[in-house]
Amino acid sequence: MSTNGATPLVETIHMKKYFPIKAGLLQREVARVHAVDDVSIQVFEGETLGLVGESGCGKSTFGRTIVRLLEPTDGDVRFQGKSIAKLKTRALRPLRREMQMVFQDPYASLNPRKRVGSIIGTPLKIHGIGDAGERRTRVQELLEVVGLSPEHYNRFPHEFSGGQRQRIGVARALALRPKLIVADEPVSALDVSIQAQMINLLEDLQDEFSLTYVFIAHDLGVVRHVSDRIAVMYLGKLVELSPAEELYQRPIMPYTEALLSAVPIPDPDLSAQRERIVLEGDVPSPIDPPSGCRFHPRCRYATEICSQVEPPLADYGNGHLAACHHPLNVDAETLARVQAAPESPEGADEAALPKDTSGESHPVPDA
Amino acid sequence: MAEQLLEVDDLKVSFRTEDGVVRAVDGVSFGLERGKVLGIVGESGSGKSVTAMTILGLTRGVNASFEGEVKYRGENLLHKSESELRRFRGNEIAMIFQDPMTSLNPVYRVGAQISEVITTHEDVSKEVARRRTVQLLRQVGIPNPERRIDDYPHQFSGGMRQRAMIAMALANNPDVLIADEPTTALDVTIQAQIIELIDKLKDEFNSSVILITHDLGVVAEIADEIAVMYAGRIVEFGSTRDIFYDPQHPYTWGLLGSIPRLDEERPDKLHSISGAPPSLINLPRGCKFRPRCPHAFDKCIEEPALENRVDDPHHLDRCWLTIEEKRNLRDLTIHSGRPEAA
Repeated sequence: MSTNGATPLVETIHMKKYFPIKAGLLQREVARVHAVDDVSIQVFEGETLGLVGESGCGKSTFGRTIVRLLEPTDGDVRFQGKSIAKLKTRALRPLRREMQMVFQDPYASLNPRKRVGSIIGTPLKIHGIGDAGERRTRVQELLEVVGLSPEHYNRFPHEFSGGQRQRIGVARALALRPKLIVADEPVSALDVSIQAQMINLLEDLQDEFSLTYVFIAHDLGVVRHVSDRIAVMYLGKLVELSPAEELYQRPIMPYTEALLSAVPIPDPDLSAQRERIVLEGDVPSPIDPPSGCRFHPRCRYATEICSQVEPPLADYGNGHLAACHHPLNVDAETLARVQAAPESPEGADEAALPKDTSGESHPVPDA
Repeated sequence: MAEQLLEVDDLKVSFRTEDGVVRAVDGVSFGLERGKVLGIVGESGSGKSVTAMTILGLTRGVNASFEGEVKYRGENLLHKSESELRRFRGNEIAMIFQDPMTSLNPVYRVGAQISEVITTHEDVSKEVARRRTVQLLRQVGIPNPERRIDDYPHQFSGGMRQRAMIAMALANNPDVLIADEPTTALDVTIQAQIIELIDKLKDEFNSSVILITHDLGVVAEIADEIAVMYAGRIVEFGSTRDIFYDPQHPYTWGLLGSIPRLDEERPDKLHSISGAPPSLINLPRGCKFRPRCPHAFDKCIEEPALENRVDDPHHLDRCWLTIEEKRNLRDLTIHSGRPEAA
């Protein structure tokens, strides 16, 4: 997939989203949750961007902010080249047709008192598309598209299984023929066997309706099957961005390596052989994130520099970006090039800090 | 031979409802030896949770009826009175539930909830119970247990709450630990921690574990034996190696094929089991998997018994296909990832 020169469908530029924590009689702001902190990502038309990280890393907030369910605190969000960060409700309304969302919990995201026909038809009604009869036909078509039967039109959500409910959620998102769908953990609540059905359905729909997906998940196994590129977030920061297969072949950021090693392998021998990197503890609080590299308290390669200097996102070639002082799987040549670049961590800070050799990099052996 | 702790024999559980009789568990048998881990794997509605909860008498109700036997060290628990059962619950057999967010009481301190389990079953003072609670919290890997013991559940993260639940389950050093989807609500990174923890504590406490999950990947590393359940029955039973390297039932192949694998090339399409599990009120005739099975043939209109069909005498399955047919068909499902023509 070539992305050179094309205008991205969605783009965030140094986007930040902080949530204030208020306390006391006057409800003064006492602290801030740094949910998304200075993230710049471009999503191109027709691609699927996988967005991965643990609970609390800001991936859902990121998803909600790019479809403007939330307003960014700082930075910009552009949709088809146009800034939408500060648009008000009325100005946003026509844009809502272009971007839709599929939510995680199929039990909580459908109104239990509405019939399926009304749930899927409401977006059409709000945007004044067709008369009642046309809308009904359209909803029944949509039900078929997502693998349900048109006879399900008059049923209630409780009559469906989890997997079927998630299909209803997908049909609702498709109703307005959007360009972009943000799917926030669309399969996490489903059985493994049903997950596979949903993933295949989302892939088929992408081809049929030329959709662009932002696919949010905590499991790198699931996103591999749908993603063209994958972004890894940790505590509000983008820490690695890479073409999908490359991320699995050679993760650069130690956090990505740990995430990969946490995915269970359904093979007892391989599972026993491989070295499991179990991350100690939980994600620290995004109210007061650690200094320097935010991953350093849990990182097994961390050295002094990691707690002092925040590593910038460096380009390792082939569209593979990562923010790390001790990158993995990088050959000596690339490492030298990255370190020579002015924005590189070591290059910028060499003068200021004592030479740190305790955390060696791990170059790829020559083939 | 190791000590047989638990024996479930031809267990049947059904619930009368307005729509008809739900046959949730229909003839399930298995045994559990000390120190072993049994994985029970299946989709929602396969009866895996009902089986586990029935062992502890948690499915009793006016509309429920039971047949068969649940023997714990020779005693049948199925017909014990509530007060007799209380002696076993939490003490000899303990359970960890799926959702750590809802299975702790939000208005009591975490430590108090664990100490209560100790004082209920043993005549010890509050101070002793508290000291043991601190010790348990430390064993399950909660940092600063002396301080965290007085926290409320909302002050714990999801992974820590599940650790607290495990501490509670282990408080009285039970012989059998039943974990019902203990990691489903958690991140993969935390899932890895919890599975490792259960594996470690099982040895420390010399207990046996029944681990219930819908994801075969989760049990690969920890289980000794695996029962694959479908529509209230076991459709395949064998050692973990049998299930992963020589699976006999097309449903097991489907479960294995649905897992996105990081150790193999990315296929064009994930294998998926078409359709949904059948209604337990109105089960299909013959093999219950027949309507979803791409390999069904004439004979499947009769239900095959759970019996040994391969060389290894402990490996049981319910499928009419011959061993040769199975060998030829299954790799396509598990490894190629291509959906079969239905």
